[in-house]
Amino acid sequence: MSDITLNAAAKVAEAAPRSAPITQIGFVGWLRANLFSGWLSTAVTLLLAYLIVRWAIGFVDWAFVNAVWSVPNNQTQACRDLRGTGACWAVVTEKHRFILFGTYPYDQHWRPALCIALFVGLYIVSAMRRFWRKELALIWVAVLAVIGVLMWGGVLGMPYVPQERWGGLVITLILATFGLALAFPLAILVALGRRSQLPAIKAICVLYVELIRGVPLISLLFMASVMFPLFLPEGMNIDKLLRAQLAIILFAGAYLAEVVRGGLQSLSKGQYEAADALGLSYWQKTGFIILPQALRLVIPPLVNTFIGFFKDTSLVLIIGIFDLLTAGKTAIIEPAWQGFGIEVYLTVGAIYFIFCFAMSKYSQGLEAELNRHRRH
Amino acid sequence: MPPFGLSIARAMGAAALGLALALPGVAQAQQAPAANANTFDAVRARGQLVCGVNTGLAGFAQPDSQGVWRGFDAEYCRAITAAIFGDPSKVRFVPTTAQVRFTALQSGEVDVLSRNTTWTLSRDTALGLDFAATNFFDGQGFMVKTALGVKSAKELEGATICVQPGTTTEQNLSDWARANRIRFTPVVIERLEEIVGAFVAGRCDAYTTDVSGLAATRSAQPKPDDYVILPEVISKEPLALGVRQGDARFADVVRWTHFLLLSAEEFGITQGNVDQMANDPRPEVQRMLGRNGELGKMLGLDNLWAVNVIKAVGNYAELFDRTLKPIGIQRGPNALWTTQGGLQYSPPFR
Repeated sequence: MSDITLNAAAKVAEAAPRSAPITQIGFVGWLRANLFSGWLSTAVTLLLAYLIVRWAIGFVDWAFVNAVWSVPNNQTQACRDLRGTGACWAVVTEKHRFILFGTYPYDQHWRPALCIALFVGLYIVSAMRRFWRKELALIWVAVLAVIGVLMWGGVLGMPYVPQERWGGLVITLILATFGLALAFPLAILVALGRRSQLPAIKAICVLYVELIRGVPLISLLFMASVMFPLFLPEGMNIDKLLRAQLAIILFAGAYLAEVVRGGLQSLSKGQYEAADALGLSYWQKTGFIILPQALRLVIPPLVNTFIGFFKDTSLVLIIGIFDLLTAGKTAIIEPAWQGFGIEVYLTVGAIYFIFCFAMSKYSQGLEAELNRHRRH
Repeated sequence: MPPFGLSIARAMGAAALGLALALPGVAQAQQAPAANANTFDAVRARGQLVCGVNTGLAGFAQPDSQGVWRGFDAEYCRAITAAIFGDPSKVRFVPTTAQVRFTALQSGEVDVLSRNTTWTLSRDTALGLDFAATNFFDGQGFMVKTALGVKSAKELEGATICVQPGTTTEQNLSDWARANRIRFTPVVIERLEEIVGAFVAGRCDAYTTDVSGLAATRSAQPKPDDYVILPEVISKEPLALGVRQGDARFADVVRWTHFLLLSAEEFGITQGNVDQMANDPRPEVQRMLGRNGELGKMLGLDNLWAVNVIKAVGNYAELFDRTLKPIGIQRGPNALWTTQGGLQYSPPFR
């Protein structure tokens, strides 16, 4: 008996190490440490959980359970009978093509749809590092040209569609993509120019940046659309969209230039001197040594500016261009659909969110990857 | 006419004013009428009429789910196009905001403004445009809840009144209140949706804006009979078709297209019976429809222009019933003078 007891005791001593109590580690441990660490935090947690659950149930009820998904022939009585207890997604079902494509001819909607797909494809390809070669610039030129041909038409049996009929998401993407793609090189030149030793170039760049940053975007758009045509010779009209696009490029250029300049200034003097010591010319030094380091440093503010401009394109509503947001607003003007703004704004907001969130996530990954050497 | 802009648009107006002050040349450019006075030939040569419309106003101009422009103003664009080309589809709609509409016309971006624009002296003289014809007589009115039992705006003493800021609506309201010695509390709300919400929720006793807007709001409510539009109209808002100044020939075409729609209603010519009406013995109908005389040619148009216009959009009553009646706007002052004692009156086709 005693032997057995002894042996058993020895076995217990040699047992595998036990894990910490379940109340200290893992999910439960995390909950204890962060949400229920004292009576106050327990109370706050319970209160917030109650509010969140109540709100979530209310939202699910509104958005899904009681919602009306479609109605026949603009007969919105079914929606109005809900009296706010359920969402009227029928407005999105009915108007989604208008919100996405604006007043573009209905039977030609495949063209802007294809353009949106091309834009998204272009973003994805550009985001992959394995495609980061000189050919990428050619791909951009080619795709943007194809988009132009698709939108305008007039060739290959596609009827011509004048610019004022373009609208919806495709306008937002055009303004944002062309705007940022052209503003970025401009910004780099201006940023370099502002740090130039040549007084004339420096003065011009400073003047440009300060002038543009001194006025709101909306006033530039207004200048482009109201003042500018009055100075043109009679009978000459520059496309309204093009004028807005130029205003956006100029505006984005000034802001991005300051971001890039921030990156240039944060580089230590040693980098410049080392490049000079190697006997590199100005452009070699800038292209191989300075810019790769400077741009890497300013990825977060750059993306911040990009996201801001993506949304700022909605300001073109004041000059009568139907971008995504304006198309959404216009969709609910029709008397039958008045009063269903929340559903449309949620949809438009979701589309903006997808693009902005993707940009933000991608930049986080890029930042981590490019700055890997700095991590310790 | 209250501008339908948003707060940013108004902020923009202030910014533009600042820029205009900074650039004295701009103010002068505003006043110079366009030199190219022959829009008619330009439109003919282009093969298209470019028509400036509202960016979205229920009943007047708004794109439907398929992106096709609908509404009273849009139909006028089609009528003018049909008069010139015989084909209403040869029109291009350019949406214009309240801020850019006059520049768009001056700079030649659009040929005609069919965009609920109030005809005023300063616009007619200083802005380099001419008004061809008033196609809709609007005016500012009041709407109250039926339950309130108010029968006249004079009874609104001490009331709270919902009004949009920065518009002529607000000025008209205070002018009218001063003239009639009525004290009121304004509830100033910028956005249309919110102001209607405030009115429905009872935050104010009355809501004031143009009668056409009141009617549209009323008809969009679940129970329109709970609301009543008071009979007083406190301002004149003649909404007119605008053309460039000194462009008499084109203005004639626009003006007489409007008169044609009125006369067609007067003589009972409709979209459906226009072909049979060609055999109507009345001399004025004969002249109008091009069976007799050369009225079309005098305007520089096809002699069958009237037939084309009526086939395209119908007469004024048909056009009105198709676009404005569904949103609850009554004929009121826009009835024909000849039959119902309204303000719409066409000179003779002779």
